[in-house]
Parts: sequence; C-alpha cells; structure tokens
Amino acid sequence: MTLSPERKRELLCQMYTIRAFEEKAEELYAMGKVHGTMHLSIGMEASAVGSIAALRPDDLILSTHRGHGHCIAKGADLNKMMAEFMGKETGYCRGRGGSMHIADVESGNLGANGVVAGGIPIAVGVGLGLKMQRRDQIILCFFGDGAANTGAFHESLNMAAIWSLPVVYVCENNQYAMSLSVRKAFAIERISDRAAAYGIPGVTVDGNDVMAVYEAVKKAVDRARAGGGPTLVENVTYRWRGHSKSDVNRYRTREEIEAWKKKCPIKRFRARLIEEGILTEEEADRIRDEAYAAVDAAVAFAEASPEPSLDTIEEGVYA
Amino acid sequence: MRELSYAEAIREALRQEMQRDERVFIIGEDVGVYGGAFGVTLGLIEEFGEERVIDTPISELTIAGAITGAALVGMRPVGEIMFMDFITLASEQLVNQAAKIRFMFGGKEKVPFVLRTPAGSGTGAAAQHSQSLENWFVHIPGLKVVMPSTPYDAKGLLIASIRDDNPVIFVEHKLLYKVKGPVPEEPYTIPLGTAEVKREGRDLTIIATSIMVQRALQAAEQLAEEGIEVEVVDPRTLKPLDKETIIRSVIKTGRVLIVHEACKTGGFGGELAAVIAESEAFDYLDAPIVRLAGRDIPIPYNRTLEYHAVPQVENIVEAARRLAEGRV
Ligand SMILES: Cc1ncc(C[n+]2csc(CCOP(=O)(O)OP(=O)(O)O)c2C)c(N)n1
Ligand SMILES: [Mg+2]
Repeated sequence: MTLSPERKRELLCQMYTIRAFEEKAEELYAMGKVHGTMHLSIGMEASAVGSIAALRPDDLILSTHRGHGHCIAKGADLNKMMAEFMGKETGYCRGRGGSMHIADVESGNLGANGVVAGGIPIAVGVGLGLKMQRRDQIILCFFGDGAANTGAFHESLNMAAIWSLPVVYVCENNQYAMSLSVRKAFAIERISDRAAAYGIPGVTVDGNDVMAVYEAVKKAVDRARAGGGPTLVENVTYRWRGHSKSDVNRYRTREEIEAWKKKCPIKRFRARLIEEGILTEEEADRIRDEAYAAVDAAVAFAEASPEPSLDTIEEGVYA
Repeated sequence: MRELSYAEAIREALRQEMQRDERVFIIGEDVGVYGGAFGVTLGLIEEFGEERVIDTPISELTIAGAITGAALVGMRPVGEIMFMDFITLASEQLVNQAAKIRFMFGGKEKVPFVLRTPAGSGTGAAAQHSQSLENWFVHIPGLKVVMPSTPYDAKGLLIASIRDDNPVIFVEHKLLYKVKGPVPEEPYTIPLGTAEVKREGRDLTIIATSIMVQRALQAAEQLAEEGIEVEVVDPRTLKPLDKETIIRSVIKTGRVLIVHEACKTGGFGGELAAVIAESEAFDYLDAPIVRLAGRDIPIPYNRTLEYHAVPQVENIVEAARRLAEGRV
C-alpha cells in the first residue's frame, strides 16, 4: 500500500499547485478581476490530495463549494480551471459555472456544488448506476462537517449502505460550517461515529497528514470496489482563510488560526519526503516553483481567453 | 427623515419586535455572530442572547419545521433561509405542513411565523445562489408572500408580517440590502395586501416587484425626459394581492408593462396579467399586456451574461417606450 517515491513527489506537486491556484484566486479576487464568491481550501490540501491518490484515474468524484483542491488532484487542466474562475468561454463550464460549479467530467470530476450536501445523494445514484452496469469504478464523494448535519446525509448513507454501493464518503471536517463550530453543531466527538448508525465502517484520520488520509481512503476504496459497500472517512483539518470572500473571523480566535497554520500539511509532507531521502531541498523548491509558474501560465491563458458571446446566453439549458 | 439601508431597516424591525414581544425569536444558519450571510442580523445576538438568536446546523427543512412547531405552541419565530435557492430544501414543511395546518385542523390552530430569505441575482453567485422562487409559494393557499422594494417598506412590512397570524414568506433582495431610504424610527406597520403607487403617470403603468421597482423608477425618470409619463405600481405583497390598486392604475393609463426578475415562464407576471385581463380594466386596454422578466435560463456566472439574464433599466426603458408609442 506504500506509494512509490515518484507518486509521492507527484502528490507534493499537487499540493503546491492547489496552494498556488488558491493564492492566485484570492489575489485576482482582491484585484477585482473576478466577481462572485469563492471558497478557499488553503490548509486542507492533504485531504483532497490524499483521498484522490487512493483512486484509479477512471474512478469518479463529487466535490463541494470548496472544490479547487479536489479538481486539481483529480487531474484538471489549470488553464480551463482558471478560465472558468474568470468567467471565460474557454473555462470548464464555458464561464457559466464559476468557482463553485467547476466540473471536469473527462477526468472523472462530476462537479463542485453550490448546495451544501448537494452531492451526497447524487453519489447514491452514481454508485447505483455503476453497480447496475457492473462497472468496477467507484465514486468518492467529498462533503464538509456542515453537510453531515443535513437530512440528505442520513438518507444517502443509509441507502448506500443497504444496497452496498461502491461509494466512499469523505467528510472534510475543517472545524466550521461557516461560523458554526463543530463543537456547537454536533453532540458527538467524531463525525465518523455516525457510520455505526448505518452499519458501515467509519474512520477518523489526521486530515493534514496526506499519507494517513491516503491509507484510510485506500482501504475504503478497496472495500467499495470489492462490493463491500460504503465507508465514511473523516479527515480532520482546518481552513485557514475565511469561509468565503467575505469573512472577518468573528467566530474564532487568531490564536486558533495560528496554531493550525503551524500544522501546515504541505510543509509537513515536504519535510517528510526530504527526511525519507525522496527529495532534496532544492528539488522540493523546484516542485513548488513549477507549481506557481503553472498557475501563472493559467492566468495568462485565462486573461487572453474570450468572454462568452451574448448570443449564446440561452444555450445549454436543455439537451 | 432619517435614512437607513434596507438591511438596517430589516434589522431595526427585528429588534423592535423582539423588544416588544418576547415570543419573537430568530433562528437560522449563521444568524448569530456572523450576522447572516448579508449581515442583516448583525449585533442582535449580542443584544438578545443565544436563546433568542439561534444558530442552526445546515438543516433547512428543520428550520422550517422548527418555526412551524414553535409557532404552534405560542411562539412567533422569524426564520432565515440563507439564500432563497435553499428554500427548496425547506419546502415540504412550508408547503405541506405550515401552509395547511390551520385549514386541515378546521381553523382551530394558527401558524404565525415569518421566513426571511434573500433572492435575486447580480452578485456573481451563479445558478444555485441567485434564484427568485417567490411564485412557487404564491401558488400555495395558506402562505403569504411579501416582497419589499424599499427600506421603508421593508421595515413596515416585516413588522406587519411578524404580527400576522399566518406563515409569511418574506423575500428580500441581495442588491437592495445597501440601498438607503427614509425610515421612521418608531415601529409602524404596512398592512399586507396593500400595493403602492410609487410614481404617478398617465401614459402607462409599470407593475414591478422587489428590485425591479427601483429599476422601473429609474426608467420612469429617463422616460419622463422624453415626455412619457410612467406610473409605477409596487404590489409589495404578492399574496394577498391588492388587485384594486393595480386595476385602477391600468384603467387610468390603458397600457401595462409587468416587470420582475424571476424567469418569465411560470412567474408572477402571468398571474398579474391574468388578474388584469379578467377585470374591468380589460376594456380599457389600448395595447396587449407586456411582460418583461428574467430569461428562462439558470443565472450564469459570467458577469456580462448574468447582467443580461434579467431586466435592467435600459430594457425597461425600451419596453416601456415601445408600449407607450403603440409599437406593441
Ligand atoms: C443547503 C445549503 N445551505 C446553506 C448554504 C450556505 N453555505 C455555503 S457553505 C456553508 C457551510 C458549509 O460547511 P461545511 O459543510 O462544513 O463545508 P466548509 O465550508 O467548511 O468547507 C453554508 C452554510 C448552502 N450553500 N447550501
Ligand atoms: Mg466545514
């Protein structure tokens, strides 16, 4: 179950790319080059990357409003992502979706979602469809701690469980749903404890440790693929930035944020790879610099791309 | 008179009603320290405490259920759904339960609550955070639907809604939150079911809702320079609907343009057109009734497409001009 040094380097590269993409997104937003809203997963990169590392390329994911990381880890083209973020015709959704709706179906990303828990029931249907067609792919569904308190979560985990569907449910517990702390939103300590209520395995992992995430999700993926049904994996992590573009952090302390920043998943993985002799400092720097350069190139692509033309405004509503 | 923003006017109505009546409380997602997604309830948790300003998990169905249940046992809750798009999740409790309880119980119970929610596009939030779904609820007997277009109306209508003994869906508009206007300091009510003529004119009537009232007034200003005198009527509450004021205006002008943001097909404009066509105003019409509404598409993310997805001032000017000049 251990990954090759090459794969590990790739994972570090993905984590840097996510960080670079989101730092740039934030910058573009501040410059007024994009409108709308965005949700950054800075500080949560290990959760996206470790989870998706456990998938085969032809496996599928359903993502969330905080989905840039999932999208990149699943193999998205940064140019098309950035173009979508900037509302351009060359973007993944032809500029119709924006940050919150990026879908990259070719890579197996069935889309981010503007509705909390919006993907959780869809995962049941995807799992059912895959099973009915006897395909051996699985669907990995991301959602937040907040989503775990919706009715959709209960209905879906139960259905996935009773029908042994090839679904892996990954809860990214970043401690808050907007301003609501998990301490106030749950009467239990671990969200994964809820798995027991559906008769499926539940596991809580350090979501800032990319290898720990990988290992937990890999087990769940293998189980799902073998017909064993769903698993609920809880990645415990933290979002460094505000909930969305506008957030003055009234609901948490500066000390709490700083304490979590010390647990940076990227720094941690980088140090580990260097320690394991898989990378030198210089190689790690190069990986980082290349990630930032790729994002800059994506911005250049997006900026040079055309806007959607107004006479296409009514296209695409019906098939 | 003192000016307040639309958001401040709503907050003041909430504060004054909570001070007046201890049965009134607020419940919704992030309504506490966060102040709601648009800051409308900012400061209220500090003033009234966590018992009367209640943050919920992300559970819209149960927010709707909680206000229904609390109302049944004598409270007067004000719920909040963060974006009107998510009222879809709450609709079972609203449509099948809250709306029908009084009737099903033979008139023996009442369900006095207000459910506030922001609708509308223009913020770049794309297809799942921009909808105007008011007409779904207009269709349901037992629910009232209120849609203020100014800070003054927002305060008076909200206080009236809180004091009303029925479930009221109170639809706000995101782009109006920062709009300022005169608002009296003391509490006052605007009776549900009273439209207002926001501007008088003789050449044609524009009936507009929510933010389209503001746009219609701007359009009327421009048209006045061309010598076209537009009357702007704001129903303010879609249900109950003040048909009289609408019909009177149409009889006066003989031409009517209906403007709303929601998608045209199945939107409230169809109801308004039918109300006019069924009334004595029909005989006074000098031109077909015209509707200007959102395109029948989800709201796109791209700024330009988003702008053109719903009526803007220039579209209203153009449509009104054609109608006034008899080109329809
Ligand atoms: C059904 C629904 N209700 C409310 C919202 C507004 N909203 C967007 S994200 C969010 C918090 C989500 O929390 P969580 O699931 O923990 O994900 P996180 O934002 O922490 O990644 C809320 C309340 C929404 N998008 N959908
Ligand atoms: Mg969260």
